[in-house]
Amino acid sequence: MIAPPMALLAELTHRCPLKCPYCSNPLALDRAADELDTDGWKRVLDQAAALGVLQVHFSGGEPMARRDLEALVAHARGLELYSNLITSGVTLTEARLAALVAAGLDHIQLSFQDVDVASAERIGGMKGAQARKLEAARLIRAADVALTVNFVVHRQNVANVGGMIALAAELGARRVEIAHTQYYGWGLANRDALLPSADQLQAATAAVEAARPVHAGRMAIDYVTPDYHATQPKPCMGGWAQRFINVSPAGRALPCHAAETIPDMDFPSVREHGLKDIWERSDAFTRFRGTAWMPSECQSCALKERDWGGCRCQALALAGDAAASDPVCSRSPHHGRVLAALAASDAPPPPLLYRASR
Amino acid sequence: MTPDSIPRFAPGVRFRFDKARDAWALLAPERLFQPDEQAAAILQLVDGARSIDAITDALAAQYDAPRDLIAGDVLAMLQDLADRGLLRS
Repeated sequence: MIAPPMALLAELTHRCPLKCPYCSNPLALDRAADELDTDGWKRVLDQAAALGVLQVHFSGGEPMARRDLEALVAHARGLELYSNLITSGVTLTEARLAALVAAGLDHIQLSFQDVDVASAERIGGMKGAQARKLEAARLIRAADVALTVNFVVHRQNVANVGGMIALAAELGARRVEIAHTQYYGWGLANRDALLPSADQLQAATAAVEAARPVHAGRMAIDYVTPDYHATQPKPCMGGWAQRFINVSPAGRALPCHAAETIPDMDFPSVREHGLKDIWERSDAFTRFRGTAWMPSECQSCALKERDWGGCRCQALALAGDAAASDPVCSRSPHHGRVLAALAASDAPPPPLLYRASR
Repeated sequence: MTPDSIPRFAPGVRFRFDKARDAWALLAPERLFQPDEQAAAILQLVDGARSIDAITDALAAQYDAPRDLIAGDVLAMLQDLADRGLLRS
């Protein structure tokens, strides 16, 4: 029997007022006109709950751009799904927050681009964003909604990690995520501008470790390291098609948000197939599940059921083959490509390429 | 937490039965715990009204167990979850 997914990542829209150069959305963004409608998303939620999903992450783009967000949160609550809103906060108002809370929203993850206002607004590509985010955090705490503050870090803001953690504590967050940029899509296009040097990484890690005892018992600090600097790959998504199911704005079901970069894979649409069928039988979900697909250097590795061969999209991006071992791994025949990217992280950064629609 | 504390789930934390896996689940911000049977029995009695003393009484009756034996375990388990931000009193 195939274990059911734990969580649904519902990417309601790719529309967003920010233009972050490490956005996890694909380079080819879905158009508003192609988005699933309210009934389409409700059907996805029904099928996810029936399949065994426990948590739904409403994401984007900026999910607040959807006027039916409250209706979808209420629908999730009716199905006993735990709902998490992943937002930039720039369009949050007191009235909208009250409606979301009334609908049964459980948790909000609010993103910041930096603690320094000018730097934050340069990275996010939106003037005035920081003040709106700070106000959003205040509203969320005033409503006693559980808050996680998220910072994506890279070579242009990583020196401020200590200040980021302090700001999250000041805002009353119960969790803060210091997440190094992952290099897919927009992040990969901007890799030379974003990948930190080994010295920067070491300083950031030290700042996180120094902050842990200060906030122990009041705020948890989740630290996501940049895997380029590692010698073993991350267990991407907890293993391909093992814990997560992602649905894109246009309704394609994906094992992860970057999976559409894999060129020879057909991603089934929730408009035509049920989630259970997709999860259990589609080529997209079964091809890299488990260990049977793995190359010999993974097959003989004691860690193969810990890291699940790392990340398929990274193998594609760096080795040109989604079925190769993750080049981050020191046993990968393509590990040299990661080392070459790291060598570039000491050179001056090129200009940022901002996220933009087609 | 003390024996007369009244524990309740923190905002952003929900405890529910998971029919698909035939087990209880504790859902928290971007985390998910699958408590063992003993922990699930305790958490089912956390309702924001019962004190830890009352929870211990109920468990002792429910499982016909010596109250003194389980009181320490109940308190320690609830304290651990409070330390992790999942419960408040």
